[in-house]
Amino acid sequence: MMFAATCIAILVTMALALSRALLGPTRFDRILAVNMFGTKTVILIAVVGFLTNRPEFLDLALVYALMNFIGVIAVLRFSSGGEMSAAETEEVP
Amino acid sequence: MIFDVLSMICLSLGCFFSLVGGIGLLRLPDFYTRGHAVGVTDTCGAGLVFLGLMFQAPDHMVLIKLIAVIVFLLVTSPISSHAVAKAAWRSGLEPQQVRYLDEEGKA
Repeated sequence: MMFAATCIAILVTMALALSRALLGPTRFDRILAVNMFGTKTVILIAVVGFLTNRPEFLDLALVYALMNFIGVIAVLRFSSGGEMSAAETEEVP
Repeated sequence: MIFDVLSMICLSLGCFFSLVGGIGLLRLPDFYTRGHAVGVTDTCGAGLVFLGLMFQAPDHMVLIKLIAVIVFLLVTSPISSHAVAKAAWRSGLEPQQVRYLDEEGKA
């Protein structure tokens, strides 16, 4: 019962974050919203695992947390002129 | 029994923080204020929900996995918020300026 209520609250929060990701005026708003969406996905996977009496879902939650962090950092490096940026031609010493 | 009550309190507080963070992300006027709303409530809401799940853990292995997930989220969530805000600042995104007027209407 409590887990189902938590699931609904997390899903509503994910819908809010997704609408900001679609609306967002700058690209950083979208990245921020996608970051929050990923964190909420981790929580949702863990809570659904407890709701259905299958706590093995926590492994999936851990993997998804890793993927989310690496993905956000990679998108930031790609989009804002870092070393991985497509726009920059870097001199190799 | 007492674990059920503690778990219910923690899960409710976690839901509350998550919903407040989502509403703040949608309603606040500026990128930096939205970043503040997300960065605070993401860490706090995730920590409280996982604390509430820890009170319901059936065995020790599940508890260890929950602790691993919570430690990883507590480390990486502020780092990614900081990275997004720093990238926005370096790309020249200015915070929205707000002028506060006094009673006579002067800035």
